[in-house]
Parts: sequence; structure tokens; C-alpha cells
Amino acid sequence: MTPHLLAATLPDGLTFAIAGVIALVGSLGVVLSRNPVHSALMLIMSLFGVAVLFVEQDAQFLAAVQVIVYAGAIVVLFLFVIMLLGVDRSEAIATEPMPAQRLMAVGLGILALVEIALLSRERWPLGAHSVAGKARGTGHSNVYVLGRSLFTTYLLPFEVTSALLVIAVIGAIVLARRPRTSAGPTEGEAAAAEAGGGPLVDAGELVGSGAPSAERRVEAEEALARAGDRIGEPVGEQEGLTVVRRPEQ
Amino acid sequence: MILASATGFAVPHIDYTAILPELILIGGSLVLLAAGALNVRHLPTRVYSLLSGATGVAALIAGIVLWQKVHGGGHPLTAVAHSLVIDGFSTAFVILSACIIIVSSAIADGYLRREGIAGPEFHALALLGASGAMLMAAANDFIVIFLGLEIMSIPLYVLAALDQRRAESGEAGMKYFVLGAFSSAIFVYGIALTYGATGSTNLAQIAGYLATNVSTSNGLLLAGAGLLLVGFLFKVAAVPFHMWTPDVYQGAPTPATGFMAAIAKVGGFAALLRVFFSSFHSLEASWQPILWVVAVLTLVTGAVLGLVQRDVKRMLAYSSINHAGFILLGLQAASREGMSASLYYVFVYAFLVLGSFAVITVVGGRGDTSHAIESYRGLARRQPLLGFGFAVLLLAQAGAPFTTGFLGKLYVVEAAVRSHSYALAVIAMLTGAVAAAFYLRVVFVMYSLPAGEAAPAMALADGGALATGTEPAAAVAAPAGESRGGVLVAAPPEAPAGAATGAGGGLRLRAASLGIAPSTLAGIAVTVLFTLALGIWPAPLFSFVHAAGLLF
Repeated sequence: MTPHLLAATLPDGLTFAIAGVIALVGSLGVVLSRNPVHSALMLIMSLFGVAVLFVEQDAQFLAAVQVIVYAGAIVVLFLFVIMLLGVDRSEAIATEPMPAQRLMAVGLGILALVEIALLSRERWPLGAHSVAGKARGTGHSNVYVLGRSLFTTYLLPFEVTSALLVIAVIGAIVLARRPRTSAGPTEGEAAAAEAGGGPLVDAGELVGSGAPSAERRVEAEEALARAGDRIGEPVGEQEGLTVVRRPEQ
Repeated sequence: MILASATGFAVPHIDYTAILPELILIGGSLVLLAAGALNVRHLPTRVYSLLSGATGVAALIAGIVLWQKVHGGGHPLTAVAHSLVIDGFSTAFVILSACIIIVSSAIADGYLRREGIAGPEFHALALLGASGAMLMAAANDFIVIFLGLEIMSIPLYVLAALDQRRAESGEAGMKYFVLGAFSSAIFVYGIALTYGATGSTNLAQIAGYLATNVSTSNGLLLAGAGLLLVGFLFKVAAVPFHMWTPDVYQGAPTPATGFMAAIAKVGGFAALLRVFFSSFHSLEASWQPILWVVAVLTLVTGAVLGLVQRDVKRMLAYSSINHAGFILLGLQAASREGMSASLYYVFVYAFLVLGSFAVITVVGGRGDTSHAIESYRGLARRQPLLGFGFAVLLLAQAGAPFTTGFLGKLYVVEAAVRSHSYALAVIAMLTGAVAAAFYLRVVFVMYSLPAGEAAPAMALADGGALATGTEPAAAVAAPAGESRGGVLVAAPPEAPAGAATGAGGGLRLRAASLGIAPSTLAGIAVTVLFTLALGIWPAPLFSFVHAAGLLF
């Protein structure tokens, strides 16, 4: 029951071959690139190749999700992390920090191969066959079938997912913001501080940057000193941080 | 609709009364967030707390209406394309979740004001979490259970990390999140395997499939059921999936801990009981022995490790593990009585744990840090009302007669005996006795004299200062008569309010900084009253639980 490439039509075979080569070259590029940004871009290429293979298998929905979720969201996240850690930092990869890992990887790989070989010869231990419907020939694309069940059988889960998204947004904001008060004044004290009119922006507050380092803070304060007496206007740019003049008390 | 008819697309009927409690909670949290966003820092915390409590009351009313519809007949039993099941069991949990929200809003109010945490986030997240627990209770489909699980859990992760001034809080949130995400993944894998084995994610269809088909090799199904069990046991903190519990309970802000302990047990046990009683009922012979072992481990670990804790929050975390073992007893019995017993125990436990953590919130003081058992020394003398309430809650957890805790333990042990799990029943009672030791230790510490307290003047000033502090509480709590008398005895007329020496003034300041908000005291009073009243007169809750049967 192994699928034969030669049995497919010529366009199918060509598409498979080209997409396969793209996916393979992309994945090799991920491993072999020196520059991590290139690795991430190669990963996108590999994912696109696999997406084409999915279309070839009549799995249009999976192909779309592959492009939107993996290429669109996850690789962008990778790029964020790479940029955050510094693109130009070289990594010492010559020394293996955990030598036992290499052995374990080989062992586990062999185990997985044996498992796949055994499973492909045996019957799958499935209890029910009611799920084994026809993939092709229902007259509808799987996007149609999926959309249909999303809005009929799984209507409630589909709608409820929106609540999950709301929670994710609230949770991210609650966790990411800085504590408003460090000493923890009571409501009355906070209101009093509010009425007194606190500083608009702290000197050297870093806009759009994570943890402020000492040097950057010094730089920011120097920039602040150089700037004239325009209050509240951006007075300087330092590697992605905006310096704002603090209003005089 | 035109599109629908053109493609032969029948959108399922949506029964809004069936999902009204969930809708109210989610809507309430959105209203809170909108109010917070539109009035930056101008709304006082008590407005948010009131809004949250009112949302809980609305959900409670919707739940009671639903309950009456279910028992009056004439209500469709499944709703929204069979995704939800509306029966006595689900409605009972909806009502319980709404009660938890009401009590927890009151308790959190005092904490938020004391710590100066402005904004609606705590309440909004709690409301969303409770809606997740309701969804889990009413779910008739594994996908809905999973979504309910996530909707319940993610707010709990955030609530655990809410206190940004203490590093332990962030650590608790992180730990809970990582382990919780891991257990969710295991749960989803279980859903996938069960789907592969039975061809459906619908609980009723799975039950039907298993009732009509005999599979020659059901390895896939058993693996699926096992992984689902792991996911559930993690949520309800059963051994060996309990590792997160002490750290998270200790690190999380105390009112969040109380809410988390109550709502996670409610959601987790609601879905666990439904799935294993209805869908996997025919696999009983396979899962009963596993649950036997898990129940024993959970009971013993909770009781033994609870004994050696010096931190009261940590001690109650182990106590909650012990309670989870008791609730598992009812499931292990795999009988109708067992299910009712578990349901009863969850009800009782939710109120006990909310009240206990509310007292810990008060004693923890500003900054939420003093949770060592020594902080409780002489508490009952300084604050007789609070001490009495905590004593009742702890004794109920230990299983003292005339409390709901006793009846709950009796009920689950009876169910275990009826299903001939004698050894399990004996082990459960023994661990109950062991656990009683650490509850009683706190009670003794509370009623003992403050350490090194020789000067009677100090005690007098103390009592005098606190008599005024407990005044609003006495107006709130009904069983206040004798306790109020106690306050008066502790503050004889020779201790005038104005005669503050240096030490007395310091104590007075400390008492004021304890900051016992009337709302928190009202929350504690409700839980104590629930525990005592339904312990002495158990008929209403018993009949309620008996009427809360499963549909399938």
C-alpha cells in the first residue's frame, strides 16, 4: 500500500518533485546557515514547500494553516527572539555542552525508525473504523467540510474560542505591565498622588525596549542633558529608545 | 440566512437559556474591563467588586432558573448541536461556580484595597475562569471540555502571578503555567486517541459506541482514557500529579489561591465525574483499580506531608490534596451514591477552602507575607470572631461533627463501603485522622497565649484596639453573639480607647494595618454559616445533591 510516485500523473509528479526539493533545500539551509536570520528565512521556504505538498494531497486547509500559522506567526516569533538576543552574536558550537545528548539522539532515532518500520507492516490498532471516511470523492473540498462542521457540530467550541482569545489578551497585558506602585499605597494615597500630578515620564525611561542596561541609561541621560528645555517632546533617539524631557517640578 | 439556505446549511438552534450563566459571566468580565478602560484609575476598587458580585448573582439566578427548568421537565437536554448537556449535575455545578464567584468577589475586595491594586483585572479574570468551570461541567463533547479547561486554567495562571511585588507569585504563575500547559497537551492527546478509538468526541456518542461495540483490542481506547485521566488528575491536584500544588498555593496571592483551589476542583471534578461515569462507564473494570491506587496515594501524601508544614498556606495546599483523595473515593465507588457523594464533597470543600483562605488573607497582613503558623498565635484572643470562624472552617476540614465537612467525609466513605472498597475506606478514615492533627495544631495555636506575652496591659490594649475593628463584623455575622461577648470581656473598661501608651499605640497601628474589610468578613461569615448551618441541618443540601443526577 505504499504510494508509488510513478503511478501519479506527470504534473503531479513534477509538482511533488519540485516542492520536495524546495522543502529539502530549505531544511538543509536551516541547519547549515551561519546566520540565524538566514536559518529562519530558510525555514519559511521549507514550510512553503511542505504547504505545496499538502495541496498536492488535497489538504488545502492544512496548507493554508501551515502558511498562516507557521510561516506567518511562528517564524516571525523566531525572528523576534533572534533579533532580541542579537543577530551578530556568534555562538560557540564547537564544544558540545552535553555530550550524552548526542548518543541519546542516535539511540532514540534508531528506536523511532524501528517503530515506524514495525507499525508500517502491522495493522493499525484502531478500534473503530467509523472515522476512516473517504478523503477524496465526497464532492467537497476539505475546506468546505471543515467549515461546515465548524458552523454546525462544533459551533459552540468555535464561538467559545473567542473567550479564550480575550483571556489571552488580558493575561498578557496583566503580566507584562510594570507594577504601578512599588510601595503599595492604599487607594487614598494613590488618589492623592494622582491629584498632585506625578511626572509624565521618568528621566531615561526606555520606550520600546526591555530591560534597561546601565550604559543605555547613562546615554539616555546624557541625551537628556544635551537637549534644551522643550518639555514632553522627543529629544533624542538612542537605538530604538525615545528620550522625553521630564517636566520641571 | 440566504447563504445558509443556498448551500443547504442548517445552522443549529442555539438555546440561549442553556448558556445564559456562561454568557453572563463572560459579559460581566467584558463590562468590567470596559469600565476599567474608560475610567482610568478613577473607579474605586469596590465598584469593580460590586459589579463582579452582581454578575455572580445574575449567573446564580440564571442557574437556578435552569435548575427549575431541568426538574420541571420541558427543557431540551442537550443544547447547541449536542455540545452541552443540561441536566441536574451540570446545573448544580453552574450554581456552585456562581456562588464561588460571589463569595470570592467579596473576599478579594478587601485584599485588593489593602494592597492598593487598582483596576478590574482580578475580578475579570476570576469571572472568565468561573465561566470555564461552568463549561466543563456542562460539556457534552471533549472539545468543549478542553476549551472549558483552558478558559478556566489560563486566568488561574495569570491570577497566580498577579502579585508583582513578590517574586514567589511570578514563580508560582510560571510553574503552574508550564506544568498546566504540559498537562493540557497530555489531555488533548487523550482526546485524539479516544477519538481514534471510538470515532467521536461527543460524550454521549462515545458511551453509545462503547455500549454497542465490543472491541477485541482496546489498547488505543485505554491509552486515551488514561491520558484524559492524567489531565484531569493534574487539575484536581491528585498524586502523582500534585507537585505544583504547594508551590503555587503558597506563591499565589492568597485570595487567588482560595479561588483557584475552589474553582479548579469544581471544574476538574465536574468533567472527571461526567466523563468517567457516563462515557467510560463500560470500562469501569479498567479504571477502578487505577483510581484506587491514585486515591490512596493522594490521601496519604496530603495528610502526611501536611503534618510537617510550618507555612499555613502550604499546609492547606497539602490539605487540599488530601481532600482531592476523599472526592476520588466517590468516583472510585463507580456508583450513583458515589457520584452524589463526590458532588456533595465538592460543594462542601469549595466553601471551606474559600473561607479558610479568606482568613489567611486577613492574617497575612499588608504585603501578604506573614503566613507562618506563628502569625496565628493568640489570634482567637486578639480577634475572637475571626478566630472562631477559622476554627470552625478548620474543624470542618478535619471532619468534626455538626459541620458539612463531617457529612462529606461520611458520605464518600459510605459510598466506598457500599461498593466493597473496605480497605480504601479504612485508609481514608486513617488519613482523615492524621490530617486532623495539623488542623487542630492551628486551632491550638490560635487559642494559646501569645508567645512571651507577660504584660497584661499589652493584651488589654490589644483587645481594646481590636474590639473596634471587629465591630462591623459583628453586625455582619449572625453567630456573633457569644464572640462579641468575648470581645467585651477581653476589653474591660480599664482599657480606655484613648489611653494609648507607646506599645499600645503600636499595636493599634498594627491592628489597623491588618485592614479587615467588611466585605472580606462578610465572605468569611457566609462560608462559616454555610458550614455550620448545613452541618446541623443537612437535609437541603442532601436533597439538592440527590436531585443533581447525571443525564446519561
